[in-house]
Amino acid sequence: MIKEWTTILHQEQIADKIYELTFEGELVERMTAPGQFLHIRVGEQYMPLLRRPISICDVDLEQKQCTILYRSEGEGTRLLSKKRVGDSLDILGPLGNGFPLDALQEGETALLIGGGIGVPPLYYLSRKLVERNIRVKHVLGFASKKDAFYIDRFNQLGETTVTTIDGTLGYQGFVTDYVLKENPEYDVLYTCGPTPMMKAIEEQLNPARAYYSFEERMGCGIGACFACVCPVKEDPTGTEYRKVCSDGPVFPQGVIQL
Amino acid sequence: MSRLAIKLPGLSMKNPIMPASGCFGFGREFARYYDLSRLGAIAIKATTEESRFGNPTPRVAETPGGMLNAIGLQNPGLKKVLSEELPFLADYDVPILANIAGTKTEDYVKVAEDVSKAPNVTALELNISCPNVKEGGISFGTDPEIAAALTRAVKDVSEVPVYVKLSPNVSDITKIAVAVEEAGADGLSMINTLLGMRIDLKSEKPVIANRTGGLSGPAIKPVAIRMIYEVSQRVSIPIIGMGGITSADDVLEYFLAGASAVAVGTANFVNPFICPEIVDELEQKLIDKKVDHISELIGRSWKSCYSPSLSH
Ligand SMILES: Cc1cc2nc3c(=O)[nH]c(=O)nc-3n(C[C@H](O)[C@H](O)[C@H](O)COP(=O)(O)OP(=O)(O)OC[C@H]3O[C@@H](n4cnc5c(N)ncnc54)[C@H](O)[C@@H]3O)c2cc1C
Ligand SMILES: Cc1cc2nc3c(=O)[nH]c(=O)nc-3n(C[C@H](O)[C@H](O)[C@H](O)COP(=O)(O)O)c2cc1C
Ligand code: FES
Repeated sequence: MIKEWTTILHQEQIADKIYELTFEGELVERMTAPGQFLHIRVGEQYMPLLRRPISICDVDLEQKQCTILYRSEGEGTRLLSKKRVGDSLDILGPLGNGFPLDALQEGETALLIGGGIGVPPLYYLSRKLVERNIRVKHVLGFASKKDAFYIDRFNQLGETTVTTIDGTLGYQGFVTDYVLKENPEYDVLYTCGPTPMMKAIEEQLNPARAYYSFEERMGCGIGACFACVCPVKEDPTGTEYRKVCSDGPVFPQGVIQL
Repeated sequence: MSRLAIKLPGLSMKNPIMPASGCFGFGREFARYYDLSRLGAIAIKATTEESRFGNPTPRVAETPGGMLNAIGLQNPGLKKVLSEELPFLADYDVPILANIAGTKTEDYVKVAEDVSKAPNVTALELNISCPNVKEGGISFGTDPEIAAALTRAVKDVSEVPVYVKLSPNVSDITKIAVAVEEAGADGLSMINTLLGMRIDLKSEKPVIANRTGGLSGPAIKPVAIRMIYEVSQRVSIPIIGMGGITSADDVLEYFLAGASAVAVGTANFVNPFICPEIVDELEQKLIDKKVDHISELIGRSWKSCYSPSLSH
């Protein structure tokens, strides 16, 4: 992890409230594991106070450039969306542990399921898997057509299905509805998205091998403050925990109580 | 001698800057980023006799210029702190202020007795003020007699000096301060977090699962400064000041109010390098201000304009 003032090279709205931001900095060289995140300081002084955790979406190691996608929701991401090309951005990272790439052998198939603003880290993951000659299939769920993004890009890497809750784009329903109906074959499942979606994946799809990327409110982002802990599944003592920021955000199937 | 070196009971510090309890874990995470020996001291996370999972999440919520937290004293328990965490810190040339907590007097006494024997623990910080633990705890910090009795009980068993960490959630903090000084406290730490709450407009429920949380960060600095200004005029034991420190200027303000050292809490989350950065900045500030030693500043805000009305 390092802390660096990076430079914004590109900022563009790509869907309803969704922004794509590319920056350049030395710390990009360390971003070799997809699924890691950055802790971004959006305010100049102490308003807002805390950094915002945002996933790495894509990396160009040679150019030392990194792209993130974020949804402008609250005050912090709204301020981020006001930053312009050439502005400096204070970033701490990369943080956490990403998706394991060696969970699959060459020729095997990965199923990547993303929901909403959980989709971005799957893009870098997919690229890395394809580099390793692993087949990738994507199922990307959005609320509606206006919320969808990066579909062409995912399509270039592998078979991509979009689902929307209102049916305005692709398959109508939840990602799990689609997977249950079509039953695509895969060896390992990777997912990132809202907790209800990941819970449905665990319960309804019951994958044999899967990795989940979790979200939790953070303070430090580096494992020191205990803001982001989650209880370990089926722990009779009730005292076992994992920190999303430093033990995660990616955990294998069955570790965390969804 | 360096401009910044400060000697307090149990704490021989190269500089007056230490990370605040609960905001630095047991140092492991930060040790990856800089040499912990650069710190004046380290206040480690509250240790309780048994391990504690703490409160459900969300445990933190942002507020203007600050944050609420209700971690709930999550820690691995006395045994592990002694066998794993403190030995790790022994590799650094830095005194340890061990923050201890409990729900009953016996808990505090047991933890104090054992932790004060650890070779690198040079002082205890008695946390009588955590607002996030339900079964009591808090009353130790709000009633002068109970606070004094606990201080006495811990002093009886501790092998190192004892600092009592005061709660700001009281109507007159000087009463508690005087009571624990009389009970034998070697120093004070102030302040702990201010009890607060945020309500989510969508769910119409408190944001923090524990409902209330402790407010920290720049927002609370004026409260801490005022309390240290008052207390430092009423006690003769040193005060470790904390609450919203983010810069060397803030440190100077705390010294002027009456602090003899400071702790930096929440700012470590925003900038993990904040403590060594403040140390470097502070040295330069003193040179610019032509202050030979930082201790010259202690309480200067009231020493020069001492008003008898404040002493009642
Ligand atoms: C590991 C990880 C990766 C993430 N990756 C992305 C990403 O790639 N793109 C993206 O748009 N969002 C991502 N998020 C969610 C993102 O952190 C929040 O949307 C963002 O913090 C909201 O900030 P705000 O100021 O707009 O909202 P506010 O509601 O004003 O924020 C208030 C506080 O709550 C915290 N908070 C609010 N929502 C969340 C949330 N969902 N998760 C964690 N903290 C939250 C904020 O950090 C802040 O401290 C990720 C979260 C985590 C934990
Ligand atoms: C996340 C968090 C955890 C804390 N845990 C403890 C603790 O275990 N024991 C304690 O005495 N104080 C604890 N505190 C209080 C701090 O040590 C400090 O008194 C307070 O936060 C004010 O300083 P600050 O504004 O610089 O953070 C905690 C504060 C925060 C923000
Ligand atoms: S955010 Fe501080 S421990 Fe995870």
